[in-house]
Amino acid sequence: MAGSAPAWEAAASVTDPEMPMLTLADLGVLRDVSAEEDRVVVTITPTYSGCPAMATMRDDLVRTLQERGWPDVEVRVSLSPAWSTDWISDAGRRALQEHGMSPPRPGAGGGGGGPVPLRLLPVRRAVDCPRCGSSRVEVTSEFGPTACTAVYRCTSCLEPFQHVKEI
Amino acid sequence: MPEPHDDLHDLHDSPYEGLLVGDDAHWAFGTGFEDPLAGVDTTIPDGIDHAALATYCLMLGDDALVASHRLSQWCSNAPDLEEDIALANIALDLLGQARLLLARAAAADPGVVPTLPEGSPVPPEDALAFFREQGGFRNVRLVEQENGDFAATMVRLLVLSAWRLALMQRLVESRDAVLSAIAAKAVKELAYHRDHAGRWVLTLARGTAESRRRVTAALDAVWPLRWELDRSHPVEVALAADGVAVDPGTVTDEVDAVLEQVLAVSGLDRPDVRPVGPHGGLTGRDGRHTEALGLLLAEMQVVARAHPTGRW
Repeated sequence: MAGSAPAWEAAASVTDPEMPMLTLADLGVLRDVSAEEDRVVVTITPTYSGCPAMATMRDDLVRTLQERGWPDVEVRVSLSPAWSTDWISDAGRRALQEHGMSPPRPGAGGGGGGPVPLRLLPVRRAVDCPRCGSSRVEVTSEFGPTACTAVYRCTSCLEPFQHVKEI
Repeated sequence: MPEPHDDLHDLHDSPYEGLLVGDDAHWAFGTGFEDPLAGVDTTIPDGIDHAALATYCLMLGDDALVASHRLSQWCSNAPDLEEDIALANIALDLLGQARLLLARAAAADPGVVPTLPEGSPVPPEDALAFFREQGGFRNVRLVEQENGDFAATMVRLLVLSAWRLALMQRLVESRDAVLSAIAAKAVKELAYHRDHAGRWVLTLARGTAESRRRVTAALDAVWPLRWELDRSHPVEVALAADGVAVDPGTVTDEVDAVLEQVLAVSGLDRPDVRPVGPHGGLTGRDGRHTEALGLLLAEMQVVARAHPTGRW
């Protein structure tokens, strides 16, 4: 990776098309960048299987790296290990918070062996309102405008907000 | 580039003109189709029957594709906006799983992909989705049924996602690296789908007399098709012995326990209904379907089939 640091930096500056406050590096989908002379190979991983933003991420990476002087760019997709919200960086969590989105709690990915337990009650997460900081919040819907978010409502300031779901 | 200004090509007269200028990167979601497995090592493990692997991928992929299409039919018709979005999200997850699995099927055995006219830009996963005849689909009959009311959709989603989650959890151990990776992602998604459907069954059962009547009727309607998920097909058994697939017979007890849990807290009885048997010894896994699938495919495939060389 000796000659790859500038390429990593360039790739890491590309932002997520759905959540532009996050770079692909902050989101944790940028897995590897290796550069050799004119050629760069970038490896990214999808957040969800059906994430429609993958094609845009790929196009944005190719364009950015070409603009920065690597004419030959290949973007590879790595499905394994599966993306986890634990891969969102601290800077990414702060950026989400600053833009009115509640970041996922760390340590929520993974999951041990055995069957996945059924959860029939509303999921209880330690979520604070990203606007007023109140912990008096309630889930409006487990599914939000993008695959990775749930919709919440703050019962103190009454504002709705999105929470990035732990997976 | 736009033509020099003249009366016929006035940019201000045609809102579409500007769309054709420059590169395609301004489109919301990239430029056309792409291989969802691009860059993934798709080497098939030694000693695996390629045709069987393709068939198995079609089984799991078609379940997801057809279920996704049914769920997407709720768009703008769900009981409220949040539910509309929830169903669209679940449909999108399943569509993502379907894309990966159909692409895997095509890579394992290109012979399963329908032949298209010379010069057609349609990628293999799309050829499988949009140009296959009904008899080539390997999904269980459960997923192709008409949506019915909201309760029927939720019961069907509960049964499907409880089964698929248990199956995918085991498929993570597959010797096929692609199936293993697809399964690992699917597990996280399906856990959300199953919880969502389970909560709705509980809510409907403990809601009003009318919602309870509907969810009870939905259980009676959906249950007869449940067994087909658990019935081991020879392709599944053979590939399970090779360490590639999961024999669905091995997940029955776990799925039963989950469904019993939902029924118990909902105060619902396990339906006492006779299963819908195979037809001439064949099931959806063999390509034998109900009329509902033909109608669904007619709608889903009509545009693609009308333009086999079209670019989208």
